[in-house]
Amino acid sequence: MPPLTSRPAARLFVLLTTLAVFAAACGSTDDVDATGAAPPTATTVPTTVADTQASNEPTNTEPSAPDSAVPSVNEASEPAAGESATNDTEGSPAATEESSYPVTIAADNGEVTIDQQPQRIVSLSPTATEMLFAIGAGDQVVAVDEYSNYPAEAPTTDLSGFQPNVEAILAEEPGLVVAASDPGDLVTGLDAAGVPVLIYDAATDLDDSYAQIEQLGAATGHLGDAAEVVGQMQTDIDALVSELPTLKRPLTYYHELDPSLFSVTGDTFIGEVYSLLGLESVADAAEDAGGYPQLNAEFVAESDPDFVFLADTLCCEVDAEEFASRPGFEGLAAVQRDAVVGLDDDVASRWGPRIVEFIEVVADAVTENMPEGASTQ
Amino acid sequence: MTSTRDVPPSTRSPDRSDGGVEQGADRPFTPGLPVARLSWRWWLAGWGCLIAAVLLGVMIGPAGLAPSTILRALIDGLPGVSLDTGLTERQAAVLWQIRMPRVVLGALVGGALSLSGAAYQGTFRNPLADPYLLGVAAGAGLGATVAIAYFGGSTTLLLPLAAFGGALVGVAATYTLGRSIGGRSGATIILSGVAVASFLTAIQTFVQQRNDDTLRDVYAWILGRLGTAGWGEVLLILPHLIVAGIVILLHRRLLDVLAVGEAEADTLGVNAGRVRLTVVLAATLATAAAVAVSGLIGFVGIIVPHTIRLLAGASYRVILPLSVLLGGAFLVLADVLARTLLSPAELPIGVVTAFFGAPFFFVVLRTTRRSL
Repeated sequence: MPPLTSRPAARLFVLLTTLAVFAAACGSTDDVDATGAAPPTATTVPTTVADTQASNEPTNTEPSAPDSAVPSVNEASEPAAGESATNDTEGSPAATEESSYPVTIAADNGEVTIDQQPQRIVSLSPTATEMLFAIGAGDQVVAVDEYSNYPAEAPTTDLSGFQPNVEAILAEEPGLVVAASDPGDLVTGLDAAGVPVLIYDAATDLDDSYAQIEQLGAATGHLGDAAEVVGQMQTDIDALVSELPTLKRPLTYYHELDPSLFSVTGDTFIGEVYSLLGLESVADAAEDAGGYPQLNAEFVAESDPDFVFLADTLCCEVDAEEFASRPGFEGLAAVQRDAVVGLDDDVASRWGPRIVEFIEVVADAVTENMPEGASTQ
Repeated sequence: MTSTRDVPPSTRSPDRSDGGVEQGADRPFTPGLPVARLSWRWWLAGWGCLIAAVLLGVMIGPAGLAPSTILRALIDGLPGVSLDTGLTERQAAVLWQIRMPRVVLGALVGGALSLSGAAYQGTFRNPLADPYLLGVAAGAGLGATVAIAYFGGSTTLLLPLAAFGGALVGVAATYTLGRSIGGRSGATIILSGVAVASFLTAIQTFVQQRNDDTLRDVYAWILGRLGTAGWGEVLLILPHLIVAGIVILLHRRLLDVLAVGEAEADTLGVNAGRVRLTVVLAATLATAAAVAVSGLIGFVGIIVPHTIRLLAGASYRVILPLSVLLGGAFLVLADVLARTLLSPAELPIGVVTAFFGAPFFFVVLRTTRRSL
């Protein structure tokens, strides 16, 4: 374009205009039509959560026995939050009357006070979404992040939990935001807008998971439902564990997170669940590399686990056949015994109520494919 | 290599100081090209290092096989020899299907990256040129990310193919854009390489952000890994590497001529542009093949050629063949560390090459005290 190149100023103008048009076009496709909208819920009182950052006590202070109705609702707050919750309100439509607000929740981001029952909840954590729907708070959920694909009725949006956009979240006018992590300014940004945020990291064990469910129950006004969900999970899991054949030796397993051989040790949530079933991860030998080490292929072959669980069937289209076709893996005992089990990636990577389904799959596999002489039967 | 240490400086004649062999590539010199053959001692050293590294690579691994057993198995593997190796079937599978292909792949990738690094440095007469210079890395990264994110590609040969295709697209874009700008020096090509790389990296990052669930896979690929796909990957890249290697090695004399300067090369009847195009294409082919199976292993293409240049001489007739041998040896050793330091967990090999390569390179620089 000779006419343009000869006039740098004109070219710069064209460039800038193009950029501006481009930016405008992109902006309008985004959901931020309410950029300047008034603070979403005028009723929330920002001052009550002012000290959120100050007390950052980790919640893994051994959540009290999950059968007590309200384990981790902060004692310092209005005791009324917990007292009215009893187990006999099962399935009661009046569940919303259980909690009296304001209620203070000790989440992973410190103590958070919620002034009134949230009617518009945004969940940026697939696990939290599953928990919210399981405890009957699904009707209050107005938006969930792009990876919250369960249950089907969850209102999936293109909100990101990995790179949350505070403005886009505020556009949903939430009364409560639940997320699994705060990569930057999520809490500060929402605090400034007076929206309470609960951060729940990946649970470290089942008790931690139960505590999160019950805290979500307290936060959303579904304490009784939450207690019921937890109770049901415990009953189911106990039943599954007790039906397992008695083991003479611990069984070993290799849990695959992706085809480049990332795995889990017993120190992770999923590893804890496996050990509940008497299974030991071969990756425990690689503890130096953290809870999710990338294993060496020849080590996996050499350690010859009793079971292989593939948690990369959806992401990466791995299955037992593909696993067996990898170099050096064909002769593995698990391959020979048909003990290579494909899992639902999502179920196996979340710490919500569906963990029971995961335990069921693993327990079935163990019962059906017990290695010769490993159990008393 | 003629030593000059024991000759008092006053008696040194400036022209003969380095016996020609160690003439710096960017030092203009007129009295004809140096006679620079690769001495048999360096040949021997190169092969010795490579063989030692490969042996070490085969002996060491998390699956704790006894070295004597492995030696017996290796001898048994020679055609016409049959020995009782005492390996169980599984151990044999570990040795022949997992460990051996990985060592061979390491040697091939290391040799390819070093050779193309040296070739780029020669054609662009730029000591900082590395195999990823012209958008190869960014293109391959984009191809790999797309394959992983949208096609679950990390279990099939789709990943290397996509990375390979991406690398070629990256270089083609760089070259087309560079030529459309014009200019005779290599600088325009390098600059358009920078632009193309940034552009492709932006797309790659976007795709990756849209698919955070595959982050771990993409990350593992980008930091470099020597595949677990066995002999398949070795066979996949071998033909490309052989073709590229032969082409580059055949141009070793012309690269020496080019090192003198483009105008001088022209007067000697060398078509600098064509030499550069041919060598760059071959080096790109080698790099793309290497990147396709191993991800982005940094630093090899810079430190190995430069170390050779500093130790053995600046002629491309010395640097190119030695790069293949020593680059292979270096990467095999780096991989030994990558799989033993955290054993039985893996460390990305790119971390090892940079962590140990950079200080080593610095030591070489200091002890030789020569400018590049």
